[in-house]
This record gives sequence, structure tokens and C-alpha cells, in this order.
Amino acid sequence: MTIAPTKDKATTNIGVSKPRVDVREKVTGAAIFTDDVQFGAGLLHARAKRSPYAHALIKRIDISKAKALPGVKVVVTGEDFPNRTGLYLRDRFIFARDRVRFVGEAVAGVAAVSEEIADKAVDLIEVEYEPLPGVHDPVYGASSEAPLVHPDLGSYEWPNFIFPVPGTNISNHFKVRKGDVDSVWEKCAAVVEYTFRVPHVQHVPIEPHVAIAKVDDEGNVTLWASSQSPFAQRNLIAKSLDIPESKIRVIAPLIGGGFGCKAGVTMEAIPVAIALKAKGHPVKFRLTREEEFYTNFVRQGLVAQIKVGCDKDGNLLGLQNTMYWDGGGYTDYGVNITRAGGYSGSGPFDCPNVKVDSLCVYTNHPVGGAYRGFGMSEVHTGIVQAMDMLAEKIGMDRVEFLKKNVVQEGDKILTGMTMHKTGIKECIDKAAQAINWGVKEPNSAPNKLRGKGIAVMWKAPAMPPNAGSSALIKLNEDASVTVMIGGQEIGQGTFTAMAQIAAEALGVPFESVKVKGPIDTQYSPYEWQTVASRLTWSMGNAVRNAALDARRRILDMVAEAWGENVEDLDIKDGYVISYKTEESISLKNIVVYGIPKPNDEGWIGGPVVGSGNFMPTYVTGLDKETGQGERAVVHYTTGAQAVDLEVDLDTGQITILKAVSAFDVGKAINPDLVRAQIEGGFVQGMSSAIFEEMKLVNGHMQNPSFVDYRIATSADVPEKIEAIIVEAPQDDGPFGARGIGEHPMVPTIAALANAIYNATGVRVPHPPLSAEKIYLAMLDAGIVK
Amino acid sequence: MSFHRIILTVNGSTEQVDVPGNMTLLQMLREKLALTGTKNGCAAGECGACTVLMNGEPVNSCMVLAAECNGADIITIEGLARDGQLDVIQKTIIEQGGVQCGFCTPGMLISARALLNRNPHPKEEEIREALVGNLCRCTGYNRIVSAVKAAAEVQ
Ligand code: FES
Ligand code: FES
Repeated sequence: MTIAPTKDKATTNIGVSKPRVDVREKVTGAAIFTDDVQFGAGLLHARAKRSPYAHALIKRIDISKAKALPGVKVVVTGEDFPNRTGLYLRDRFIFARDRVRFVGEAVAGVAAVSEEIADKAVDLIEVEYEPLPGVHDPVYGASSEAPLVHPDLGSYEWPNFIFPVPGTNISNHFKVRKGDVDSVWEKCAAVVEYTFRVPHVQHVPIEPHVAIAKVDDEGNVTLWASSQSPFAQRNLIAKSLDIPESKIRVIAPLIGGGFGCKAGVTMEAIPVAIALKAKGHPVKFRLTREEEFYTNFVRQGLVAQIKVGCDKDGNLLGLQNTMYWDGGGYTDYGVNITRAGGYSGSGPFDCPNVKVDSLCVYTNHPVGGAYRGFGMSEVHTGIVQAMDMLAEKIGMDRVEFLKKNVVQEGDKILTGMTMHKTGIKECIDKAAQAINWGVKEPNSAPNKLRGKGIAVMWKAPAMPPNAGSSALIKLNEDASVTVMIGGQEIGQGTFTAMAQIAAEALGVPFESVKVKGPIDTQYSPYEWQTVASRLTWSMGNAVRNAALDARRRILDMVAEAWGENVEDLDIKDGYVISYKTEESISLKNIVVYGIPKPNDEGWIGGPVVGSGNFMPTYVTGLDKETGQGERAVVHYTTGAQAVDLEVDLDTGQITILKAVSAFDVGKAINPDLVRAQIEGGFVQGMSSAIFEEMKLVNGHMQNPSFVDYRIATSADVPEKIEAIIVEAPQDDGPFGARGIGEHPMVPTIAALANAIYNATGVRVPHPPLSAEKIYLAMLDAGIVK
Repeated sequence: MSFHRIILTVNGSTEQVDVPGNMTLLQMLREKLALTGTKNGCAAGECGACTVLMNGEPVNSCMVLAAECNGADIITIEGLARDGQLDVIQKTIIEQGGVQCGFCTPGMLISARALLNRNPHPKEEEIREALVGNLCRCTGYNRIVSAVKAAAEVQ
């Protein structure tokens, strides 16, 4: 094979829709998920005893009958595990001690030879409670009347960017003060003030949580888990059980959907705790679908009191957003959601005067955790509807109003950070155009009302300032390339994108690159977590750096062998080529065995391994009182969504005729995978907007099943869902890329609410925007009789 | 506990299995026959992840007792490809990008195959209706619907 020795840099791997590397195993049933790993006859089955109370003191636990049941191997309670744990705020135990704070909290754990026996043993555990008054609303919870959910809050540990208020239920109070909001309202030509409520929703991955732990006689722990965070789990479990990280190995096979609920630690510590008392036995803990609904991380509820005002030309002057997050019984993860909701609390709008108070409030509800773009769907539901109301009040076209007020490169955003290049205006234009914005179109039937709505969004990766990535690249005899990473394939296609980045940076065919799980903390290089839409950008940089490192080693070897300068050499399509001599050599064999020197004088080179890492080093802290700082986040991905829909006057049912999303992804490494994320994300957003709500009555979830908690099915989805890619390159992204996994569902509730308003003249502000609610609102307004 | 000895055909091969009376077909496939391609998403007949063909009909295997499968002909996701040749619906779902996490995929493909068997040229609405019992949280369904349409065209 001869390679044309030209220096053209035309890429064949970036911006190309390569097939998913994990797809064949997924369509044949060969793909291994955690529940599929086989453990043989020694396997024990774990179950948890759970609290039936939202808030109560534990007076007594009697495990004697459970222990006596034949087949039961281990029974443990909170007595056995005294350490607190938590990702940001260390406020929870593996099993409740002294007090339970939500319905479904684990108070004891059992392992037995079968699930039936484990279930029986759970029933035999006796727990005596003293019920306490509960907190079931975050606004009440933040008030001085509310009973304290965590009287000891002041004694917990937290990082310096979280601001709890001991003596209250407020576990984080994040503030932004920019300009002077209080004096601006009288200068406004129009002001809108409104309180929005977003209910709790559940992630609903089709694969429930499952984890298996095994402890050997030297105390080495192996945990197989459906996990977005094997490294964070190793770290958190190590701390909560006083085991050194070196003795814990987390193996994470493919994940059957996570959307944030498999990040951090929730149920995974339970089988580890039990396995410590059943050495040699693998202990499997798998949530039932019912448990999946109410015992694990949920998306927090939000009450947002919003006030926005503009001058007569529609220029935003003031924006105030006070958010009460319903954090649940523990807010170890929730405090950071509140923080992210706070520093992005203006939405993607440029406004000289901003005041944000974002309060994480302990309640006796299920525990809030990360859910796809955490905090952002909730924040945008309010702020973007408020902008729609303000545009109407000042008499401006929505698109014109949005374009006038969205953030642009160079703007000082609410935290004082200077906005980078962003394609948000192009996103607005393209989304609006795709639904014929401004053109009044006819209804399909006399009993239908047609309307259009648009919403914008922004979202930054919400993570600690120094969340890092690393990668290793190994070359094999046949010139194939193995990429080792610690980021997880969760359906988004990251293994494929990483293969493309490695192929491009190294100069080898995509087909020769292998990226495969499971992620294994013992062998995989470190990755903070698979969250925050950060992998393409952060892990992508690490993979690119590792590939460049391997490339440099190969070129050094060949340069020495050929007596040439590295600058004259290149790797293309798996061959090293010289632009000077037009010589070429295949990577085969030389990347493992090296190159012989002439005349049997020895060898040059050796097995090639490249390593690379990436960590943002420029993120600064934010002032506790003002939320101001040089650079709060790494970057923002922005976008817009527009919908054209009809409302049925007889039923209140909506039919989405067309939904268009446009997002600025910097650079689409794999455009088709980007579009797939955007489409799927829109549908998840639509499902949450129309159907989803955890019905909580005094802390008890009333609808913990697929029958009662409905998610979108194939019959609910509009035929026309369009995804538009905008590319304003990210300066520190691999090939200009930034993330897109979470963003597509962020603006959807607001886009639909705005369209329903446009159709009917009635605003249904609080999701779910169910047919019943829409119909009743139309009835109230006298539109239907 | 009472055990039942059953003989059935799974993906074309005859199997003899001793199953407890309360064991579901799903458990038998996964735990006794190590056919883990069929997934458990709810164990309550509500998600479709466990769909297999039983005597040609799609069933939620979590709702069928293994003991009732004596003499049955079962096809699971592992039996969809023949001699390494993917079924056309497996090919088109790849081409259309209808797979993300892949957890719903086995059940989805079995439901799609069942539809195409009884109705080789389904209309869009019929496809959506046939897949209503198969929940997917990742893809938003349209690429899966397109895959069924494309399969109907080539088969
Ligand atoms: S596992 Fe059988 S329908 Fe969900
Ligand atoms: S691809 Fe993840 S549930 Fe369907």
C-alpha cells in the first residue's frame, strides 16, 4: 500500500457518523450488563428493610427472629456502620441510625441464600418508631417554624463551595448579587412576577439499580455495579466503611440507562456493607421497580419565585430568582444541584441586575440526586416562561425578544464570568425557522387550537473545579489500538466518540481502534464521573493527549531508524510516512517489537503505550455573599427548542406537530450520535413535561409503578422531531467539541408551556402539562364550556 | 418446593429443565439457561424488556410461569440471528441508530419481529401500537419505528 505523501489534514474521523462500536453486541443480546454477570452457587441475595415513615425516631430494632431464619446469612443495621457518607455534604449513613428521614430509607439489610428467604427475613425484623412531624414543602421547610430534619447539620463535613445554615433546614444557600436589583423595578416599562412549581420526577432507566459485592479473606472488596461513577464510588465507599481505596475495586459493565441516578452512591454501599460480614460470598442487591421509584435518587421538586423586568424596548433590566429546592431527607448530592441552579439561575440571559437565592432545603421527601442536566430543566421551566410573559407584556415578538436578551460572547454573565463564543442566536433562528415562526397556520379541525412556542437554554458542566480525566492508549502487534478510559458507556455513544478521537489524533483507521468496557477501577485510568455532559470534552481531551503521546513515541522511533527529523514524518491510515523521502512503513509489529538497526546492530523502540490526562485548572471560587468570581464554570452549551402543536378543545390533549431543537455543540465528533442524543433528550423532556410527577402525600409516593407513573411510549411521540447542529468551537475542547448529553431536555417544559399559551391564551405554568390541567385551565378561562 | 420437569425448544434446541413452581420463564431463561440477553426491567409485565416469542407470539416472559412452558417453542434475542447472520430488523435498527443504552433493545427487537411476522407491511400507526408495551427511555422511539419500516421494505 502506498500513501500519498501530502500534508493535507482532511479528517476522516471527526464530524463523521461512524457506527457505534457497541451496537452489534447490543442487538444480539450478547452485551453484558451488571445483572448478567454470573456468580455461581455461593451467591447471596440482599434485601433492605425500609422505613414506612417519612420522619421518625428509631426506638428499637430487633433482628433476632430474622437472624434465626434458616438460610439467612447476615443481618445488619445502622449500629454496624457509624460513618457518614456523601458526595458533597456528608449527611447520610448506609443504614439509618436513630432517625429516618424519608419513606423507603434503609434501616437494615439482610443477605440470604434466596430472594424469598431474604424477603421473609426482612419481614421478621421488628422496628419500633416514634413518628415526628414532617416537612413536605420546601418553602415551609426553609421557614423558622419547620421542625429540623437534621438538627446536627452544623457538625457535618462539606467542601468550601457549599454554604449550609446550621440551625435551619437549609443545607446550602447559594447567592448571586450582580448590580442592584432592588432599585431597578421602578425603571422598568414592564415587570412580570410569578411563582413556578416543578414536581419531583424519577429517572426511570429501564435497567434498575443492581450491585454485587464480594469481600475476600484479606478484606479486598470487589463491587460490580451499574454505575456512572466507579471511581467516585470507590472513594465514597472507602470513606464510609474505613477501607483504603487500594482495597476496593469497582467493576462497571454497560449501563442500561442512568440519566444521573447511577452517579454518586445510593444503594451500592449496602451490598458492600453486608458482604463485609459474609466473606467469600458474592452478595447481590437489585432494586425492584417499585424501590427504583421511591427509594433512590429523584429529581428534586422546585418552587421558584421569579421577577423579571425590561425597558420599553425590551432590554432586560432586572432579574430576580428565589429558588426553594425540595432536597429530601438527605442532600449530599442535592447541595451541588442547588449551587448549579444558582450560578446558572438567570438562564441564558444578559441582564445588568441579577439577584439569585438558591436554597437547598431538607424535607421528608425522597433524596434528590443528579438528573440529566441537573437543576436546569427546573430553572428553565420558570425563567423561560417568565421571559415569554415579559415579551408579551412589552408587546414584542418572542424570537426578537430572546435574541435581544440572550448572552453573547464578551458579556459579563451573572457570576461575573466573561461569556465565551456561543451560537445561541443561530440556534434561535434555526429552530424558529424550522417551525415557520411568525406564520399563523390553520388548525387541523375546528375543535383544535394551534400554537407555537420557543425556549432557549444554557447549561455548564456542574462539577468540582478540578474534575479530571485520564486515558491510556496501547498499540498491538496487528496495529490495532486499544483505548483505555474510565468514563462509562451509558448509551450516549462515548466509546464510539473516543474511538474517533483516538483514530484521528493517532492517524489510524477508526476500525482499528477498540474501546470496550467494563470500566474497572483496578485497570482503567481515572475518570471523575460520567456526568455533567463532560466526557466528550474532558475525557476527549485526555484521549487525544494519550493518542498524541503514542504518536510522538512512534515517530521518535521511526525518525531514529530512518535518520530523519520527526517534523518530516506523519502517521496516516496506520502507516508512518516521510514527506521528505516518501518512504512509508506499516505500524504492524514495529509498535510492539520495535525496528531493527541495520547490520544486526540492535533494536530501536519497544511496545508503544501513550498516556494523557486533562483537568481544567482555571475554574475559580465564587464569593459566598455575591456569587461573583472570575470563572465559575468551564463553559456553557447553549441551544433553543421550538414546537408547533395543537390543543384539543374537547379533551385538553396536545398533539405536537413538529418539535425542533438546535444546540451549539462546538463540534459534533459524530453528528448522528449528537442528533440521537437531541431527539431522545427531547422525548424525555416531553415525557416529563406532559406525564410525569411523583405523587407524594405526606412523603408517601402514590404511584411507584409504570402503570401509575407513565412515561412516553412509542405512541406518544411526535413523528416530526428535528435536530439541528450548530458549531461555534470550544477553545479547549477536542477538535472544538463540548457536551450535549443532557441539554436536549432542559428547555422542553418551557417550550411546550409557551406553545400551549400561544394556542389557547391560557398559561398552564406548572408541569406536568396534562390534558386534564389544560382542559380545566381552558374551562376556567371560559374558552371551553 | 415442588419442581416441575419441562421439555421445551429454545432458539431451536431442545432443553430439559427442572423448575420450581413459582419460577418465571424470564428467570428460567436467565438463571437456568444462561440466556441473559432477555432483560428484567420491572418483573411486573409493564416494560417489555423481557419480551420473547412463545409459540410465535410475543409475551412478557416475567409474567409466564416456566412450568407452563412444557412443549413450548421459545425464541429469545439470542435466537434472532441465524448462523451469525443478523435478522433484517437487527440490521435496520443499527442503520437507523435506534440503539443507545441497549437495555430495551432485545425486547424491542422481539416485539418488532413478531409484528413483521404477522403483518409484513405495517403502517406507521401499527408499528407504534405494536411497540407500546416496550418502554425505551433513551432513544425517543422514532429511530426504532424507522428501523421497523426499513425492515418491512427489505424483507
Ligand atoms: S420485565 Fe417483564 S415486562 Fe418488565
Ligand atoms: S436504548 Fe436505553 S432504554 Fe432503549
